[in-house]
Amino acid sequence: MYRIEKAAKTAENIFEFWIHAPHVARNARAGQFLVLRIDEHGERIPLTVSGVDGDAVRVVFMAVGKTTTQLARMAAGDAIRDVAGPLGKPTDVKDWGTCVVIGGGVGIACTPIIARELKAAGNTVIGIIGARNAGLLLLEDEMREACDELVVCTDDGSKGYHGFPADILKKLLAERTIDAIWIIGPAIMMKITSGVSKSFGVKTFVSLNPIMVDGTGMCGSCRVTVGGETRFACVDGPEFDAHEVDFDELMQRQRIYVDQERASLERFHEHECRCGREDA
Amino acid sequence: MSKRPADERVRDFAEVDLGLSADEAVAEAERCLQCKKPACVGGCPVCIDIPGFLAAVAERDFTRAAEIIRDENMLPAICGRVCPQETQCEGVCILGIKSVPVRIGSLERFVADWERRQGIVLPSVAPATGKRVAVIGSGPAGLTAAAECARAGHAVTIFESLHEAGGVLTYGIPAFRLPKDIVQREIEQVLGLGVGLKLNHLVGRSLPVDELLGYDAVLLATGAGLPYFMGIPGENLGGVYSANEFLTRVNLMHADRFPEYDTPVRSGSRVAVIGGGNVAMDAARVARRLGAKVYLIYRRREDDFPARAAEVANAREEGVEFLCCANPVRILGGPVVTGVECLRMEMKKPDESGRPEPVPVEGSEFTLDVDIVIEAIGQGPNPLLVSLIPGLERGRKGNVVIDDAGATSVAGVYAAGDVATGAATVIWAMGAAKAAARSVNEMLKKK
Ligand SMILES: Cc1cc2nc3c(=O)[nH]c(=O)nc-3n(C[C@H](O)[C@H](O)[C@H](O)COP(=O)(O)OP(=O)(O)OC[C@H]3O[C@@H](n4cnc5c(N)ncnc54)[C@H](O)[C@@H]3O)c2cc1C
Ligand SMILES: Cc1cc2nc3c(=O)[nH]c(=O)nc-3n(C[C@H](O)[C@H](O)[C@H](O)COP(=O)(O)OP(=O)(O)OC[C@H]3O[C@@H](n4cnc5c(N)ncnc54)[C@H](O)[C@@H]3O)c2cc1C
Ligand code: SF4
Ligand code: SF4
Ligand code: FES
Repeated sequence: MYRIEKAAKTAENIFEFWIHAPHVARNARAGQFLVLRIDEHGERIPLTVSGVDGDAVRVVFMAVGKTTTQLARMAAGDAIRDVAGPLGKPTDVKDWGTCVVIGGGVGIACTPIIARELKAAGNTVIGIIGARNAGLLLLEDEMREACDELVVCTDDGSKGYHGFPADILKKLLAERTIDAIWIIGPAIMMKITSGVSKSFGVKTFVSLNPIMVDGTGMCGSCRVTVGGETRFACVDGPEFDAHEVDFDELMQRQRIYVDQERASLERFHEHECRCGREDA
Repeated sequence: MSKRPADERVRDFAEVDLGLSADEAVAEAERCLQCKKPACVGGCPVCIDIPGFLAAVAERDFTRAAEIIRDENMLPAICGRVCPQETQCEGVCILGIKSVPVRIGSLERFVADWERRQGIVLPSVAPATGKRVAVIGSGPAGLTAAAECARAGHAVTIFESLHEAGGVLTYGIPAFRLPKDIVQREIEQVLGLGVGLKLNHLVGRSLPVDELLGYDAVLLATGAGLPYFMGIPGENLGGVYSANEFLTRVNLMHADRFPEYDTPVRSGSRVAVIGGGNVAMDAARVARRLGAKVYLIYRRREDDFPARAAEVANAREEGVEFLCCANPVRILGGPVVTGVECLRMEMKKPDESGRPEPVPVEGSEFTLDVDIVIEAIGQGPNPLLVSLIPGLERGRKGNVVIDDAGATSVAGVYAAGDVATGAATVIWAMGAAKAAARSVNEMLKKK
């Protein structure tokens, strides 16, 4: 059992948990994730390791379906049945020169730890974080501290630049020499934003989020096509060369279980109404 | 020994084979000739004293029978069920020459099940040596090695990346062949020897390699869990599974009971399983239990199925339809599967004798309408950990190279089971694990 040390809501529908998991905390590097299973009946879901403090790790997640909604209802002191990790390859941290780290929506969760490690390796780090509106922006202070420069943008203009991270990236690429880019966010955002850097020929990484089961390379649920080849995101990634990724296939595969996911969430809400608490 | 009727058993995941009664067991054991040089023992990779335990069964001394088996095998209820006895102990039983071999596997299962009901007496453990052994993987190889090293008095920790122990026994072989409470009980017996178990630890990530190499000995038993795909177009459509994924969703995550359990599986109404081995049979029989019409596509003839004959018969009884001499060339649909295009195959004997090879018949394309495709064409050794250990020699197929003692090219690191041999069997993995663990014990004596 893995105890939740702190649980907080940080934005509309977005939650930040610190979980006691020494084996993950001691070994996690930027770019890696964990897989958790809430209880005996639970699904294994992947969440990025977004911070480490002693024996605890932080996850920042959006409540989108049954598991994340159930998790959001939990509180400090509650225990999670299983936490496995850290999983996946760490970010390719080295002295690239000038790096841009972009987070979109809940994808911002992954960015401070990457920015910090890149900075420590001697890079100049420019951060860009974007969300639909000001209320959905995450970890702004942390990113400001981790980066040399930070640009904030919102789709509706409620805070910072009115527009998308892709617009900012385009401007940056036109004005300055950029050596490497990380883009983390919803698949469609990663597709569009990495499209911008393609014509500039700048090395760009995206962190892919296909549906996973084990997260250890034994099932193939997480397969993605990169450079025409099938790769397992949980062990070969999750970060890949953005310009080689088949995003359309990724988005299709993310939707394989939409009907079941909807049914599962509805059932959860029904139970909640009936007993005023989560599934027993 | 009796089997549940097919139309009943396709509706649930309860065990198909009902086992022997005590009287049946005694009668069967009495058939044994008590050979002076028992061929059967040579056919068992862990060398159980088969005539010895059969004699005890014949005398109704089931306790002694259980002790004799447990001297060599810590997982008898499992082996009695899943060993391919027809090619091992029973395959060489002298009685098989003129009539039917003694049903050694069923008797082993009977004794183990009987013992479980009585309460198990664990073998003794040597005094603590203070030496630390890390076993990676909790499949049959890891469990066997851990038991062997623990009995020698070493402090053994098993690391397992999943949230449950057992490896393929837990996530791969379905409950109707191997009930999960039985696996659980036999695992608990190994832990009862004082073996530690750390779940959710992917070694190489959760435990860095340099810390791993700090143990007095390391035994790699990480299995062959890497699923192969055919590499044909359409493979990444929704509804195409590796057998590993399909079986894991059902066996480990209980997707058959969705939404009571949270993990879904697409069960489909028409399923094509590709392959002809045990894994393919298991996937097909699971798909039947989820309610689908199931086709099993195999590129050779039915006689060539690598699966156990008994399992092929079970699958057929349960209504799995075999499409032999056919090979999928393309999966159709988008975004989800709607069919699979196959070519008919012809068996041609190559000039240099050898096994007949299937060759495609030109223009023989046909399409099978299905909404799920499950590929069960084989698995390779898990590459993750072994690729992270500096200097660890590997063979062409990614398998860890070991010598006769089970030692790898890295001092203090041993390997056993599927990670060394490629996908094999439970009992071969156990036999190899026992040998490697004995080498570890020898080595630690000198250390
Ligand atoms: C390596 C990796 C790291 C991730 N890190 C984070 C993170 O830090 N924070 C976070 O909020 N989420 C993260 N995700 C996504 C997270 O795993 C999913 O949101 C979660 O599995 C949804 O589970 P659920 O039962 O709540 O929803 P479900 O009922 O499973 O799904 C609800 C909705 O979410 C979509 N969805 C399901 N699985 C995924 C997925 N893997 N990726 C994207 N969309 C999905 C579905 O299409 C559906 O529309 C990550 C995914 C991966 C693969
Ligand atoms: C569906 C199916 C049906 C089968 N049916 C039969 C049968 O009827 N009879 C038979 O004899 N054989 C059968 N087999 C084959 C048999 O199961 C295997 O040969 C046997 O399980 C191999 O044992 P093992 O201990 O080497 O590996 P596994 O059972 O594969 O166990 C390896 C374990 O190591 C863990 N692991 C891997 N990497 C790491 C890591 N880095 N850190 C921590 N843990 C790790 C894995 O999660 C797994 O639990 C079947 C196989 C399958 C897939
Ligand atoms: S362990 Fe397997 S091979 Fe050995 S006696 Fe038992 S059934 Fe036969
Ligand atoms: S070979 Fe057959 S008959 Fe002979 S001892 Fe073994 S089981 Fe008995
Ligand atoms: S999630 Fe199973 S192989 Fe990646």
